[in-house]
Amino acid sequence: MKEKLEQFFRENFEDAVIRTDYFRDQLSFYLRPEYLFEVCQALMADNDLEVKMLSDICSLDWLGDPEEADGRFEVIYNLYSLKHSYRFFIKIRLSDDKPEVDSLTSLWHTADWLEREIYDLMGIKFIGHPDLRRILTADDVDGYPLRKDFPLTYEKPRFSYNKDGPPEVIT
Amino acid sequence: MSEKAVPRRKTMNINMGPQHPATHGVLRVELELEGETVVKATPHVGYLHTGIEKTAESKLYYKVIPMTDRMDYLAPMSNNLGFCLAVEKLLGIDVPEKVKYARVCLTELTRVMSHLVWVGTHALDIGAMSMMLYAFRERELIIDLYEACAGQRMMTTYFRIGGLASELPPDFDQKIKKILKRIPEGMTDYERLLTDNKIFRNRTIGVGKISAEDAINYGLTGPNLRGSGINYDVRKANPYSGYEKFDFDVPLGRNGDVYDRYLIRLEEMRQSLKIARQALDGMPEGPYRASVPGVVLPLKEDVLSKMESLIFHFKIITEGFKPPRGAVYQAIEAPKGELGYYISSDGSNKPHRMRVRPPSFINLSALPRLVEGQMVADVIAAIGSIDIVLGEVDR
Repeated sequence: MKEKLEQFFRENFEDAVIRTDYFRDQLSFYLRPEYLFEVCQALMADNDLEVKMLSDICSLDWLGDPEEADGRFEVIYNLYSLKHSYRFFIKIRLSDDKPEVDSLTSLWHTADWLEREIYDLMGIKFIGHPDLRRILTADDVDGYPLRKDFPLTYEKPRFSYNKDGPPEVIT
Repeated sequence: MSEKAVPRRKTMNINMGPQHPATHGVLRVELELEGETVVKATPHVGYLHTGIEKTAESKLYYKVIPMTDRMDYLAPMSNNLGFCLAVEKLLGIDVPEKVKYARVCLTELTRVMSHLVWVGTHALDIGAMSMMLYAFRERELIIDLYEACAGQRMMTTYFRIGGLASELPPDFDQKIKKILKRIPEGMTDYERLLTDNKIFRNRTIGVGKISAEDAINYGLTGPNLRGSGINYDVRKANPYSGYEKFDFDVPLGRNGDVYDRYLIRLEEMRQSLKIARQALDGMPEGPYRASVPGVVLPLKEDVLSKMESLIFHFKIITEGFKPPRGAVYQAIEAPKGELGYYISSDGSNKPHRMRVRPPSFINLSALPRLVEGQMVADVIAAIGSIDIVLGEVDR
C-alpha cells in the first residue's frame, strides 16, 4: 500500500507534495495547502486505494521551535483505507498571519465537528465550512487555548462578554 | 395574499438537556419539533471541557496516564493502554509477553465493564428499570478485580509506559475465573429480559438507522459501525499488544439500527470473555515491566536493593525521559470505538502535543443523522445506542 500511495502522488500530484516522511511505520505526506481538497477528492474517488474514512484531524502549534520556519501551524489529516487496512497522514503547514485552509466538509461529514474543534482550540479557519462556531469552549472566550502563547497561569482567561455579537434571544 | 396561501410550518424548539438523565452526562440537544417529529437536532457539547490535551503539554509523559482514565471513566484500562502504547511506539520499545497478556486480559474486561454499564443504562432509558441493577451487579466483580490490581476501583492508572504499575495480585486467577463463570450466567438473564421483549424490540428495531456508506462517511467506529455491517475492528485490522495471537470473532449487524447495536455489544461481551480466558490460560511467567534503563521505571525490588536502579528511578521521576523528535499515532479498539492517541514530540521530556481521537465525540456528531425525521422518544434510544461518555466527548 505504501508503494501504491507513493506512486499515486508521483503520478497525479507531483507539484503538491513538499516532502514525504516515514517514521515508526507511519507514512506522511506534506502537501501544499492549496492542493488539499483536490488530493482528498482524488484519493476518495480512486477505486484501488479506496480511502473512504477520515479518521481524525488534529493541529499543532510550532511556535518557538525550529520547525516554525515552514509555517507555524500544522494540520494533520488522518486517513484510513478500510480495504487495505492502511493508515496514512496528510500534513499541511499554515503561516501565522493567514491560518486558513479549505474545508473538507463536503467530502466527509466527520470533518464538520473536527474542524470546528480545531477552529475553537487552535484558531485555524476552514474556508467553506457551513457552520464554523466554537464547539468545546464558551462562545465568548478570547483567544485559542491550544496555541502555545495562550496564558496558562497567573492570568485570568479573557472573555469578551459578547461585546461584538450579543447572543440571539429566542422568543 | 400569496403569503397567506402557503401555511407556515409550526415548529417548536425544545432543549433536551443538559440536565436530562437520559443524555448520559451534560449533553444538550436542541430539538426542533413539529408535533412529535424531530425536524432538526443540534447537539451542543463542551460543558465538561477540562482541557486535558492542553494540560498534557505541561506534564512529563508518565504523569499524563492518570488524566487519560478520566476521559472515558467507564473504560479506564483501554485509555491507559492507548496512551502507553503510543508512547512505547514513539520510544520504539517493546514490552515482555506477560505484560501483553495481562494488558489484553484487563482491557477486554474493561470492554465488558463498559458494555455492562451501557446495557443497563440504555435499557433504563427505554424503560426496563431492573436491567440496570442486574448489570451493575456483575460489573462489581470486575471493579473488585481492578481494586485488587491497582488499589483503585475506577481510575485505575494500572498500565505504565513499558509495563504495569505492580505485579498482578496473587488471587488474580481466581478472581478472573469467578468473573468468567458469573458474567455469562448474568448475560442469560439480560437476554431473557431484553432480546425477545416485545416492548424493547418495538422501541429499538428500525430506530436510529444508518446505512453502511453513511456510517463510514460520518467516521463512526466500534459497535456503531459494525452494526451497519462494516467489518472494521482495530484488533483485527491493525493488531496491537499481541491481539493477533487470540482467537475471536467480530460480530456484525445487518440493519444498522439500535437493536443491532444492542445485539453486537452483547456478543462482544461474550467474545471479550473468550479472549480474557485465552489470555489467562496463555499468560507466561516473566517480569511485569520491560528493562529499558532510563526510560522504564526499574522494578520496585531492585530500587530497594540496587544503587543503579535507585538512580534511574530518581532520574525518571524527576526529569522524565526524552523521546526522539517525531509524531506517532496509535489506535486501539476501545469499547466505544477507535480510540487514538496522536503524540508529537519535540525532543523534550514533555509531549509537544497530545491529541486524543475520541470515539464518542465523532460518533456523537452523527446523532442528527440518526434522529431527524423520527419521534422524540426515539432520540433517547438513539443517544443511548451510540454509547457516549461526555467526559470523553469534551475532554
